[in-house]
Amino acid sequence: MLKIRLIPCLDVKEGRVVKGVNFVDLVDAGDPVEQARFYDAAGADELTFLDITASSDNRATILDVVSRTAAECFMPLTVGGGVRAVEDIRRLLLAGADKVSINTAAIHRPEFVQEAAEKFGSQCIVVAVDAKQVSPGRWEIFTHGGRNPTGLEAVAWAQRMAAYGAGELLLTSMDRDGTKSGFDLALTRAVSDAVPVPVIASGGVGTLDHLVDGVRQGHAAAVLAASIFHFGTFTIGQAKAHMAAAGIPMRPVVEAV
Amino acid sequence: MSDLIIVDYGAGNIASVKQAVWRAGWDADLSRGPEDLLQADRILLPGVGAAGTAMDRLRAGGYVEALNEAVRKRGAPMLCICVGMQLLAEELHEYGVHQGLGWVAGKVTRLEEKPGRRVPHMGWNKVHKPAGGAAPPPGILDRDTFYYFAHSYEMSGLDPAVIAGEAEYEGLVPAAIRTETVFATQFHPEKSQVEGEKLIAHFMRWKV
Repeated sequence: MLKIRLIPCLDVKEGRVVKGVNFVDLVDAGDPVEQARFYDAAGADELTFLDITASSDNRATILDVVSRTAAECFMPLTVGGGVRAVEDIRRLLLAGADKVSINTAAIHRPEFVQEAAEKFGSQCIVVAVDAKQVSPGRWEIFTHGGRNPTGLEAVAWAQRMAAYGAGELLLTSMDRDGTKSGFDLALTRAVSDAVPVPVIASGGVGTLDHLVDGVRQGHAAAVLAASIFHFGTFTIGQAKAHMAAAGIPMRPVVEAV
Repeated sequence: MSDLIIVDYGAGNIASVKQAVWRAGWDADLSRGPEDLLQADRILLPGVGAAGTAMDRLRAGGYVEALNEAVRKRGAPMLCICVGMQLLAEELHEYGVHQGLGWVAGKVTRLEEKPGRRVPHMGWNKVHKPAGGAAPPPGILDRDTFYYFAHSYEMSGLDPAVIAGEAEYEGLVPAAIRTETVFATQFHPEKSQVEGEKLIAHFMRWKV
């Protein structure tokens, strides 16, 4: 059967790995290619780079990081951040990304997702859904690291993006991101149960039980975390073993030959 | 001449495939045109995106005849990956109906969504060899193995005798086929870490 995926995420700014706490107060912590190689060897199921470089001047930097990573890593790689046009997607895929994640551009022009899926195939188009609770049981889409409201209701938006050909949704709770207090499980479950495509739960992982909860209670097909791996709190192997022990179908970590 | 020619027809994640072959210990070159296939020791047919579009490009590049000549007539071993595998079918039902290479009976249709089966089929799944199916190249699928899948369409209506691997996903999904000197995978060996590297190495050592 298909296994639940465990995905470390690296926030990359101007070619360097950082991790934001609520998207501010960034701490520089290393070379992305170095980190990618480490996660590949550790048996991570996929890897995600989120390019949070603010200006488009430095777009070439992420392409270089992607191509150097693809040259050394034998694992599926998703890249998000600054994807605004078909040409951005083409460049990232040619550099060696397997999937690209579209965020703000989908909000500005939802048809962009349709065009991208038709051109490259749904399997490589991820839509990032950044949601914040606005009232009990209601979440809305926010942009710019959770600062700007869009008024879009999150579950309906997720359904629309899946209908437009997104092959996967990267769902981040902007309330939980960087807090280490666990996924927003009600949000994760509401979205996962409403769409036919895989949902990656993101935002808030602080313990290994949080990963289990994301799948069990949130119904996520994959769980993404950054700082618990990045700062060495837990290893990929520990996380997988913990999830497997909780009864979640995981791919065992294979020793490198 | 390098050990392997990758068919560069504008529809594949060529860079990853080339790197993966290199990591497994062999040299690969991209085809500069159909004539490169005629001398090739081994051929790799990659593919991502829509099968119909990929087939149009393969045809427009003049590769269909060259593949027939090199693989079917001369017997060069060929590894087909993902959409590269789907092109072997007779009919491709994706954004209209397109004609495939027709090397195996069957067609390419959308994976059916079911409870417990999200589409795309995305992630790591265990592949097993079906009883009475085709034999993969030696060393491949000697035991059940996890590989990485990312697809919304599947091969359907296949002759069970060509199926070399299957994956369970609320029903069986054809994961690998073998016919004559062709071995094809729905999954991505070039993304399947150590197991993918081993598969490529076994293909490169395959004596047909």
